[in-house]
Amino acid sequence: MRHKEHHRTAVYQTPFHPRTSQLNTLNEWHRWKDYTTADAYFDQALEYAAIRNACAVFDLTPMTKHRIAGSDALPFLNRLITRDVAKIKPGRVGYCVWCDDNGQVIDDGTLFHLREGDYRLCSQERQLDWLSRSVHGFDVSIVEDTHEVAALALQGPTSCAVLKAMGCSGIERLAPFSIAWFPFAGGELMVSRTGYTGDLGYELWIDPARALELWDVLFEAGASRGIRPMGTRALEVARIEAGFIQAGVDFLPADQAIRLDRTRSPFELDLGRLVDFSKSGFNGRRALLEERRRGSRYRLVRLDVEGNKPARSAYIYDRRRHVIGTVTSAEWSPSAKANIALASMQMPWGRPGDELWAEIYYQRELKWSRVMARCRVVEGAFFDPPRRRATPAADY
Amino acid sequence: MTDGNRVIIVGAGHNGLVCAAYLARAGRVVLVLEAADRVGGAAITREFAPGFRVSACAHVCYQLDRSIARELALASHGLKTARAKLRTVALAGTGDHLVLDGGRLEAGTLPDRDRAALAEHHARMLRFARVLGRQHNRRPPRIGGGGRPDLVGAAMLGFDIRRLGRGDMREFLRVAGINIFDVLEETFDTPLLKGALALDAVLGTNLAPRSNNSVLTLLHRMSGESQGANGASLPRGGMGSVSDAIAAAAGAAGAKLRTRSPVARITLEGDRVSGVELESGERLAADTVVSNADPSRTLLQLLGARHLETGFVHRVRHIRSKGMAAKLHLALDALPGFTRLPAELAGERLVIAPDLGYLEHAFDHAKYGQCSPDPALEITIPSVHDRTLAPAGQHVLSAVVQYAPFDPRANTDAARGEFLARTLGVLERQAPGLRRHVIASELLLPADIEREFRITGGHWHHGELALDQFLMLRPVPGAAQYAMPVRGLYLCGAGCHPGGGVMGSAGRNAAQAVLRGGLPA
Repeated sequence: MRHKEHHRTAVYQTPFHPRTSQLNTLNEWHRWKDYTTADAYFDQALEYAAIRNACAVFDLTPMTKHRIAGSDALPFLNRLITRDVAKIKPGRVGYCVWCDDNGQVIDDGTLFHLREGDYRLCSQERQLDWLSRSVHGFDVSIVEDTHEVAALALQGPTSCAVLKAMGCSGIERLAPFSIAWFPFAGGELMVSRTGYTGDLGYELWIDPARALELWDVLFEAGASRGIRPMGTRALEVARIEAGFIQAGVDFLPADQAIRLDRTRSPFELDLGRLVDFSKSGFNGRRALLEERRRGSRYRLVRLDVEGNKPARSAYIYDRRRHVIGTVTSAEWSPSAKANIALASMQMPWGRPGDELWAEIYYQRELKWSRVMARCRVVEGAFFDPPRRRATPAADY
Repeated sequence: MTDGNRVIIVGAGHNGLVCAAYLARAGRVVLVLEAADRVGGAAITREFAPGFRVSACAHVCYQLDRSIARELALASHGLKTARAKLRTVALAGTGDHLVLDGGRLEAGTLPDRDRAALAEHHARMLRFARVLGRQHNRRPPRIGGGGRPDLVGAAMLGFDIRRLGRGDMREFLRVAGINIFDVLEETFDTPLLKGALALDAVLGTNLAPRSNNSVLTLLHRMSGESQGANGASLPRGGMGSVSDAIAAAAGAAGAKLRTRSPVARITLEGDRVSGVELESGERLAADTVVSNADPSRTLLQLLGARHLETGFVHRVRHIRSKGMAAKLHLALDALPGFTRLPAELAGERLVIAPDLGYLEHAFDHAKYGQCSPDPALEITIPSVHDRTLAPAGQHVLSAVVQYAPFDPRANTDAARGEFLARTLGVLERQAPGLRRHVIASELLLPADIEREFRITGGHWHHGELALDQFLMLRPVPGAAQYAMPVRGLYLCGAGCHPGGGVMGSAGRNAAQAVLRGGLPA
């Protein structure tokens, strides 16, 4: 029980650390939910290139994981989450958000329906407190098992072929957001066709005791298909290209906000499709109905910014030079060949065709300069290859 | 679904009955369901020994709203007063006593300074209590958001405080959140006077004189008196006659009453209520369900947490509603004689709280889960004024006994027996020989009150009266305007503003909320 030993160490190492630390030739690390995590291993750009052109492995272990089971697991989750959980059948995964009573997003995450009535909820932030508060009146058990499950993301066009070579036969038929189980080293390997890159990719879930063996088998199987480890920086570029948001970056988790106007509703994060008003009684329902009636305050948009200077934290102006929004994430996208950004705009701004300007500050040889760059609202992801959804998955 | 007009009221406590009467008068089809075999809730009169009847929970009528009594014509429905404006007799045990009529000393000796201070203190507290009294018949404003009525409501509260004038306003704001101990210590010298006045502040609460907020509870108690009601009065036939009169008024207006019909749950259709299901399994449809049960029983047991949002359930689960008061009933074969107290005063409101330290010490034990070894008492012998309660020549004694915590360790049969012996011991010190006159006795601990009156925690206010559970925070934010988050469900009991005490205001306010159709957006 690693978490009971928490006082012995300031930072945990994941079960893959013996391998990741060897491969991290840059020796660049940061702290992610009390685990040490690689920023980059050998070259951020090449790690990114592996995601889009071969495959890359990301150590996902620090992702917060909760196991939710019991006879009331479904009604419990349907009260917690804004979408209809009954539609997520066993063996399927659903992307979801959950809100407080005011309809403000606490976090987003993926819900894995492992077996009938047995779920895993993965999230960026720790949710045990909110889940425990929500449990009253339901027959359900909730355990945070972050430390008991080791996880890797294997992302990129050759990922399917690597898994096949590793012995996951039939993996190519696994549809996006589906789960499969394979025998592995005397235990079980769970594979889900999920990820944070918007590409063909999988996430692998294993008992920490078998973690190193998984890593070795994976890298051996992937050697001829360009497998590389990737750090957080390469992943960050890919997730912005995919248009995915991140808690604490693109929105403030509602339970961490002190100022009322700092939080966002699902509609304000362009996640209205995850809100199902046809089911009754979920957290935030009344407030979200009211929001739909009165209109939202903000809108999340994807922007194509003129030029090549990433618009990090830039203000967005209208033509008359009023601040009408803020960039929350920005990168140069190598795949879209575009200067891309996610931004939170005040309503009604951010409609396709609106004239928007980003105020970008950048530094050249210690000298700060400023440029006003024209922005165009983009609908959908910046990079969305057909291979992401193709089933059976292509054999690159 | 029915025709949009049907209302079911869960619980025939006095507030439920008031609500029923107002809704029936407005043309709603009202059915009141009561679990017990009679209406009244905690305002009932029942036999506890052959021939002896007593107000089984609330036993003095302080706060019944006069406008409700008038509008429902309770007098014509049989409500009579056996005795109005009871005086307070503070017993010292030594034979000394003080007889107080509001701010006036009627008998006993006090230094001149205390005598003058008493008049001034009482008048000031009444002025402050009037500020609270003015809020009784208003819907508390919603915090953060809401519309014009909420802003106006908040402004009116502010205006009522401001209207006290500069000096009084400052004093009101100074004392409203602090404790009665400090206020009494800075005002009076005589321990017996301070003890008696402090008991009024902590009666029925989970507070000792030194607990913060114990001035607010005093003001709440006085808020009925400030409206020009009868002061502390005894209705003829006990408190049950108040409920019976309201029930008669409700019945005359067309409301139907069913006793022995415990509700098992409130049913939903989608996200609005559809009626109730009785413990018998019978289902009754309604478009509106108004619950006179306490907030946590209504929301967590009858409705179910799963139909409410997480944050709201969290707040409801943390309503503080643990009772601290026990109720003693004695059947006596003669009027007890209190040491050197003239017999004609035995029918007044007798209090045993000889000084502030006595009360505080009594609370100390209760804090740690034990009944007080030397409890404080508020005693009435209503049979002095009302011969309907006991056989001729015999009497009933009814007393609130503090403190008895709502704690499993203090609610066993053994603990009850010991607490009864202790309480009789305290009485015996004031009225030597009283034990010999006891024909029968009954002691209700908070767990007994919870069981008999179906009040979670056995707290007669359905939730502690405290600043954090007061006005727009009562019972919790998001539920303080009588309408619950589930459409068609309302609360009308003491757990809502303006709280406990047989007042009726919560019932009438809830009826108005129902008639307005819930909250404006």
